[in-house]
Amino acid sequence: MSSVKTDQYQHHDYYSIDDLLSEDHKLARDAVRNWVKKEVSPIIEDYSNRAECPYHLFKGLAEIGAFGPSIPAEYGGGGMDEMAYGIIMTELERGDSGIRSMASVQGSLVMYPIFKFGSEEQKRKYLPKLGSGEFIGCFGLTEPDHGSNPAGMITNIKEDGDSYILNGAKMWITNSPVADIAVVWAKDEQGIIRGLVVEKGMPGFTAPEIHGKWSLRASITGELVFQDVRVPKSNVLPNVQGLKGPLSCLSKARYGIAWGAIGAALDCYDSALRYSKERIQFGKPLGQFQLTQKKLAEMITEITKAQLLAWRLGSLANQGLATPAQISMAKRNNVAMALEVAREARQIHGGMGITNEYPIMRHMMNLETVLTYEGTHDIHLLITGMDITGLNAFS
Amino acid sequence: MNILVCISKTPDTTAKISFKNDSKEFNSDGVQFILNPYDEWYALVRAIEIKEQVGGNVVALNVGGSDTEAIIRKALAIGADEAVRINAEPTDSMFTAFQIAEYAKSKGFDLILLGKETIDYNGSELGAMLAEYLDLPYVSYASSLTIDGSKATVQRDIEGGVEISELNVPCVISAAKGLAEQRIPNMKGIMMAKSKPLTVVEPEGFDSKIQTIGFTVPPAKSSIKMVDPNDMDELVRLLSEEAKVL
Repeated sequence: MSSVKTDQYQHHDYYSIDDLLSEDHKLARDAVRNWVKKEVSPIIEDYSNRAECPYHLFKGLAEIGAFGPSIPAEYGGGGMDEMAYGIIMTELERGDSGIRSMASVQGSLVMYPIFKFGSEEQKRKYLPKLGSGEFIGCFGLTEPDHGSNPAGMITNIKEDGDSYILNGAKMWITNSPVADIAVVWAKDEQGIIRGLVVEKGMPGFTAPEIHGKWSLRASITGELVFQDVRVPKSNVLPNVQGLKGPLSCLSKARYGIAWGAIGAALDCYDSALRYSKERIQFGKPLGQFQLTQKKLAEMITEITKAQLLAWRLGSLANQGLATPAQISMAKRNNVAMALEVAREARQIHGGMGITNEYPIMRHMMNLETVLTYEGTHDIHLLITGMDITGLNAFS
Repeated sequence: MNILVCISKTPDTTAKISFKNDSKEFNSDGVQFILNPYDEWYALVRAIEIKEQVGGNVVALNVGGSDTEAIIRKALAIGADEAVRINAEPTDSMFTAFQIAEYAKSKGFDLILLGKETIDYNGSELGAMLAEYLDLPYVSYASSLTIDGSKATVQRDIEGGVEISELNVPCVISAAKGLAEQRIPNMKGIMMAKSKPLTVVEPEGFDSKIQTIGFTVPPAKSSIKMVDPNDMDELVRLLSEEAKVL
């Protein structure tokens, strides 16, 4: 069974955070919200139900400008600020975390490293096509045996004339089966992590799909397998060496997730609030019962706190002052908040909450992934711990 | 083709409507305003489509205070080339039509488009008044508009069918559903809108000939009354005395 219902979502801004946004931010927000209502909401339950990726949305995401909105326009981005990027992610994830992931990966994990660490030639070659959706990109860091510990990666490159020979495998790679290019992180012969752009069709490069996910079902996930893949030296990102390369990309993506998760929470809250006014039990609406009000009041309180956290983070990011540890705190807090809101919203919906008549279970299952990817809930806690104590608890 | 599109702000469809100043004035406190959908989705988008086909310039014009600049920026983000704001509160249709005509009369517009109505007052008056002031032909409720040289072909839905008419530009046409398909502004458009010109023009003197005496809101919908199935007398009484249908 699948469900197509009118998206009745209304924005919730309990602390008038809109007053802190510019007209551009609000225009961007309204544009993406309208796009989600028109293109995502009518189809997302069906695609998620069938565990199929709505590939056609890549083009739409590109047209709306969701790929690399904060990359300069001359390289195919939107030329907007970091606050706008966050706001766009909230609206996309209000539709579905998988759709937001499509955009996060393309913008933060593929366009950003090429923009930040690539040669001028690489920027001109790849960025406009990534921005327009002509190319789909993916990001290869996590390996089957190295998730939270990327420094232990075994994927490697060996110099051979004017090329490198790439061997290894990457796991849990969003967009990989449909990607035209992959930004891959691998160790060179000196054990230094380097970034390189691997193109679809290079002999020895395959990207099998991972099936059986109960989460992000409308997003395609796969592996990257490299068997003696010959990659020209000109495809290596020249301006970064070491783990700070991939970690700086992850900071960008985590920043987007800190904003995005608020969208999933807002959708669950919005649905629960509406349902609580419509559903009559014991002769009165659910929303008139104290226990339901407690749930709803705590949901909007936590959402509001997360919105303020994101807004402040966005202000810092606009000034180039947001630290990776601050981003970790916001990602961890906001995703856990969204998951808790989804669970409470599920209870308010009663039995209906487990069906795809309502978006709750889809968001809840998606958020289990979001809690883990781009740095797990626990790892982000250790990042905060290390930041405040100066002591490393990772190893 | 030099196209003028008249745009207006209207309360969001979910806004709670109330009045102030002895019910003579709309209470805009806490109300979110949007670009009037008939102006945005149909008039503006069709103007941009025509410009894309034959070249030219699209000017979005609003009569309003500085608080309308958000909707003007949206029109620019969607694709208007420049914007004009006539700095006055649009108190009634005739005043508004006069101000637009005063601005437009010397600008040589080939085509003037506007929504068939605003979704707040639903007056549907402005197009005809504007055409009269400018002494131009006018077709209302257009669901299709094609331009071939100086000839405009307009189609509009009428009871049981469609009416097709031809007229020469310059002309005034009001836009109904079907004239174009909504365009959602993209991020590049939003950024480009910041550098597009927005000219503020002071209004011309005009004595309004209409005065609003007051507004009333419709009576609140009464809730459902449940009647005991054994109490038919009460049902008949309610139908007779309250519903007044017997």
